Amino acid sequence: MDPMAEIKATFFQECEEQLVELESGLLAMDAGDDSSETVNAVFRAVHSVKGGAGAFGLDELVHFAHVFETTLDEVRAGRLAPSPEVVKPLLRAADILADLVRAARDGGSVDPARGEASASELRAITGMEEDGGADDDGMDGLVFTPMQVSLPPIGDAPAGEPELDIAALLAAAQPDPAPEPEEPGGWTLTFKPKAELYKKANETVLLLRELARLGDVEVELDASELPLLPHLDPEGSYLSWNIKVRGPAPEGDIREVFDFVESDCDLTVAPIGEETEGLSADDVAAIASAEAELDIAALISRAQTAGSEPAQDSVGQGSAPEAESLTPAAPAPAPVAVAPTPAPAAEAAPARDSKAAAAAAAGATIRVDLDRVDRLIDLVGELVINQAMLAQRVNEAGLARASSVAVGLDELEQLTREIQDSVMAIRAQPVKSVFQRMPRLVREVAAVVGKQVRLVTEGEGTEVDKTVIERLTDPLTHMIRNAIDHGLESTEKRIAAGKNPEGVVRLSALHRSGRIVIEVADDGGGINRERVKSIAIEKGLIAPDAALTDEEIDNLIFLPGFSTAATISDISGRGVGMDVVKRSIQELGGRISITSRPGLGSTFTMSLPLTLAVLDGMVVTAGQQTLVAPLTAIVETLQPRRSEVHSLGDGARVISIRGAYVPLVDVGLSLGYRSEPLDAEQGVALLIEGEGGSRAVLLVDAIQGQRQVVIKSLEANYRRVPGIAAATILGDGRVALILDIDALVAASRGTEAPRMLQAG
Amino acid sequence: MSEPLTHAGLGRELISFRIGSQEFCVDIMDVREIRGWTPATALPQAPPFVRGVINLRGAVLPIVDLGARLGLGQADPTARHVIIVAQVQNQIVGLLVDAVSDILTVTDDMIQPTPDVASEMVRTFVRGLLAIDGRMVSFISLDRVLPESDLEAAA
Amino acid sequence: MSKTILTVDDSRTMRDMLRMALVDAGFNVVQAEDGVHGLEVLQGETPDVIITDINMPRMDGYGFIEGVRADPKHRAVPILVLSTESSPEKKMRARDAGATGWIVKPFNSEKLVDAIRRVAA
Repeated sequence: MDPMAEIKATFFQECEEQLVELESGLLAMDAGDDSSETVNAVFRAVHSVKGGAGAFGLDELVHFAHVFETTLDEVRAGRLAPSPEVVKPLLRAADILADLVRAARDGGSVDPARGEASASELRAITGMEEDGGADDDGMDGLVFTPMQVSLPPIGDAPAGEPELDIAALLAAAQPDPAPEPEEPGGWTLTFKPKAELYKKANETVLLLRELARLGDVEVELDASELPLLPHLDPEGSYLSWNIKVRGPAPEGDIREVFDFVESDCDLTVAPIGEETEGLSADDVAAIASAEAELDIAALISRAQTAGSEPAQDSVGQGSAPEAESLTPAAPAPAPVAVAPTPAPAAEAAPARDSKAAAAAAAGATIRVDLDRVDRLIDLVGELVINQAMLAQRVNEAGLARASSVAVGLDELEQLTREIQDSVMAIRAQPVKSVFQRMPRLVREVAAVVGKQVRLVTEGEGTEVDKTVIERLTDPLTHMIRNAIDHGLESTEKRIAAGKNPEGVVRLSALHRSGRIVIEVADDGGGINRERVKSIAIEKGLIAPDAALTDEEIDNLIFLPGFSTAATISDISGRGVGMDVVKRSIQELGGRISITSRPGLGSTFTMSLPLTLAVLDGMVVTAGQQTLVAPLTAIVETLQPRRSEVHSLGDGARVISIRGAYVPLVDVGLSLGYRSEPLDAEQGVALLIEGEGGSRAVLLVDAIQGQRQVVIKSLEANYRRVPGIAAATILGDGRVALILDIDALVAASRGTEAPRMLQAG
Repeated sequence: MSEPLTHAGLGRELISFRIGSQEFCVDIMDVREIRGWTPATALPQAPPFVRGVINLRGAVLPIVDLGARLGLGQADPTARHVIIVAQVQNQIVGLLVDAVSDILTVTDDMIQPTPDVASEMVRTFVRGLLAIDGRMVSFISLDRVLPESDLEAAA
Repeated sequence: MSKTILTVDDSRTMRDMLRMALVDAGFNVVQAEDGVHGLEVLQGETPDVIITDINMPRMDGYGFIEGVRADPKHRAVPILVLSTESSPEKKMRARDAGATGWIVKPFNSEKLVDAIRRVAA
């Protein structure tokens, strides 16, 4: 790739990172953090974007970024306090900046009116003049050379004009000492550096060399001020130079050579010819008086032009002029500079151990091609399968448990598990990357529906496999939109109900029993159960006389075809109902449910596997098929007795567990592997807990054992199969299906599509 | 089907196979490998032509009884049957057939248009007919070999 | 024998662009991400010229320059400041900290090499 194109790609990547920093810094400021660290970070983010944008000529972006940066500079300098009236416009500006960056990257465009509105807002805050868009950059570096009016000689006066006495006019005018800009023939300079100049590592010889590029240079050293050796401060400055530069270069160019050092030297520049030629009488006298030290001066001068500078480099105390020789003294114990203690951000612990923001830390990281990581994970998956197959064969071969082979195998299993854990952790990322898109979403949705909303996030550091993270954004976006649009009441209603007019949406993530649980909660009015129920009846989703618990009514919103919006609002999306969200979550191997309290609010709870790749499972048989049930769903296993199983209604069965009746699901029957129900006493019961704490019992033929299995997608090459979550490969190399517990249970209750029960 | 055929005059390679008494062929570019039959794990509520899934070096591969899919009746697979592993759009599928016959090199002019017969199956799958050594070989398209939708899948 | 230049800038983009321009011009390039990192790198390297940004986290350009000047080993190394800010006050502040010269962003390779030439033998 063209290297510039590569760097440009890097720039846009970096912009994304800066935009994240910018937003989180501004949010912190919004919450009251006005520490200089935060404010500076915010400034730097915009500064960085602007700097890079300038390098790539992205003018619109630069223009806006400049206004933004100027405003932030005012805050940084303490001239503008970061009150809400200031921070809110800054947040809006950050959104515009983000859009401009993405437009620049993807070739889109941003409505100029939006940009101008924000820029005007910022200018109003800082009192900048309208369209003060002109950078101070570009003006600097320009040296203003006074232009001389050069009047044509009298002889060239156009015929017919009255003769003007130009000479008289000129004489009457202020005698201007500045020379004509055209071809003065050259310049005479005196240059006397101060000690500070050398301290900044500037060197006269280099300056002289620069001058030499502008014309022919004659240099004379003036060592008249050089003291005797005992009084010589090796870091002092005693020399000056008289320089003549002959050539057409204008004064501006001459002065520019001294641009860096102008504050640390005495410099005069005059056109050649105005000065007396050569050295003045005083100069000659000065040089003559320095005769006594001329040898040293010559030494120094020679040494300087040769490029080595003992006068500057000698490491001695700056103050003691007692250096007896010119050779640099042995490095004296110079005052110790700021001992740079590297901020110990480098994490020594392996990635597996660090729960704390692994992605954000300044610790040692390397960039790795994602393909390589995926390949590694696949290979480790194969390793797990292979190891299981090996264990099985050893078992079948009848080797004694305590034999060295069996022991070796156990160790192998341990190692494999550890490798697997470590490898999984490589792809684990904090959910922060998904969460941080939400504040902007909340701002925008709140603005459109005219509500005041505050977003609170918790547990951003909770880590999840990368593949899960990427697919979280859409469902979360829908849920948050839903919460703001439907969950929260209007501001008036809230006030009337005695609530804070500002609604709160809480987004949180945490690990619980081997899964990641993400909640979106609002403190709105809760689900209107009457309405939900009547809509469901109206749409034929439930029977009119169905008796449902509150929890069951709440979860009706997940049914396909359900929508409470009288008009499908643009916010929640046309036709995108909660059923689509539920489907996405399920495809990730997760579950979603809702709980609600009238007047107080609703909470969506999603539970997802930590990684899409691996599962702890219980291997069972049903109807001669080997299946795997996710261990996390299983509460206990039971050996049912005939007396505990009861028929209820039309073909349904329940089982009594410690006095409570729980629905019984005959797995073999449900999946069509068997046409006749299994006698419960012949099988094994798995007590499972599904969404919202609801319980059921899965009746299987037998339990084979417990294993960690590698999850293989059914949908990659086929499609979703109802009742089945995914597949895995067992030790014997055969495919076993992994049960979708919730789907099985839901089917048995009749709330999911009943087709599941049409046993083949 | 009006998929673009290869440059006129240049041949393409087809792999031909037998199901029952009929012969078929598919574009060799779609074929990944040929395997012997291994018993498949049944999928609940799958249509009759989906026999189940097998393990192909760690990936889960559905096996379609191609004869059943083409309406020729279900196969009773034995160790002598063959599975053609083919790419269908972006999925890999195993096709259960009786035996693989040959690799044919054909040019477009050798492919005769499908006769207009009253068969849904023919319309859906047959791209053309080839006359090879006096035998008729149907050139088929695999695009729709998998069940169309969840409904069909759970039929 | 080519010169070694240490570039200190927190922007990856800027570091990449500097590297490209400098390597093209025949220099060896060593890089650091901010002032603290720059001082660490200097413990092991002896660059002929240092180019540094001003606005950086952890330790800004001024702090870095002061740190360099306070170190006997590096106090005479020419330091060029690379910045979008070029107001006289900022220039003075850079000088006071000990900067040898400056380059204004956006830079082009020519300006960059020119500035280096002006401060390095």
